[in-house]
Amino acid sequence: MPTIVVDVMPKVGLLDPAGVAIAVALQRVGAPNVTDVRLGKRFELAVEGPVSNDMMEQVRHIAHTLLSNSVVDDVVDIRVAHTADIPREGLTVGQ
Amino acid sequence: MKIGVVTFPGSLDDRDAHRAIRLAGGESVALWHAEHDLRGVDALVLPGGFSYGDYLRAGALASLSPIMAEIIDAARRGVPILGVCNGFQMLTEAHLLPGALIRNRGGTFLRRDQCVRIDNATTSWTSQFVDGEEIILPLKSGEGCFTASAEDVKRLEGEGEVVCRYFAGKLIAGKLVGSIPTGQAGQSGVNPNGSVNNIAGITNSRGTVVGLMPHPEHAVERGFGPDTPDAMRAGVDGLTFFTSVLSALAAA
Repeated sequence: MPTIVVDVMPKVGLLDPAGVAIAVALQRVGAPNVTDVRLGKRFELAVEGPVSNDMMEQVRHIAHTLLSNSVVDDVVDIRVAHTADIPREGLTVGQ
Repeated sequence: MKIGVVTFPGSLDDRDAHRAIRLAGGESVALWHAEHDLRGVDALVLPGGFSYGDYLRAGALASLSPIMAEIIDAARRGVPILGVCNGFQMLTEAHLLPGALIRNRGGTFLRRDQCVRIDNATTSWTSQFVDGEEIILPLKSGEGCFTASAEDVKRLEGEGEVVCRYFAGKLIAGKLVGSIPTGQAGQSGVNPNGSVNNIAGITNSRGTVVGLMPHPEHAVERGFGPDTPDAMRAGVDGLTFFTSVLSALAAA
């Protein structure tokens, strides 16, 4: 089953206190070359394939109107992946 | 006059909103997010809380609730709507108000009694204040930093659509009230969360839809409100938002 991956990031220059907090912690644990951290979101939409242009258009619409808020976010990537490409190793799920 | 309070999964302040409406002399009506029925109310309150656990973005999933279709329609008809805290976030996510509310500049959830200055005393919810009036309301939010495009900020400022701003604190009987000590991480004495131009609340062009980060419904009864120099928890400045809308409805 194909999966459509959508990446959303806070706009460049927007206040990102979570990113700043992570960057400060990284400095503390000895990653002095990391100068900045920005925290975004990755969405994986499982779809009934095959992926058509119409479907991609629909996902683009969802990405721009719901998965992101255009005031503060940018949709930086929308791409098709296949289930096999999405790493699941090491994941243990209770029943 | 009937004022509806919409309860969403994760609403916290709906009961306080009901109580505020009753104390102001109105009839409060419980509304449920999953219905399409506004039960004939004359005005609406979207209360604070953490609807849908703030998943995706605060207010984003609530803005897609079934009842939101009726709320958007009511807003177009000029029905007064007040969104407080999470309710303000819902109003921006539903595009009934511009901008967005993001994580506080200091990164922490803030709870404090906050001085707020009224900048627009002509909206449906603020008509019984006077311009420039300084009031104290509880503020309690993690994502209260108001941000908007330069264009929207210019319009809000130019058209008088800023309802109220965070203010340095109120000097009553020689005591500074409603402010915090300066020097705390990421905070100043005036602006608690990094909101552009210290904006604490905004309205639409008709002055009917108002979004506020501070909580008027928690400042309506002595003994249960913010501290004042007079006494602990004595602040009742929030009641005026509810008496304002009742008088606006009575005059309509």
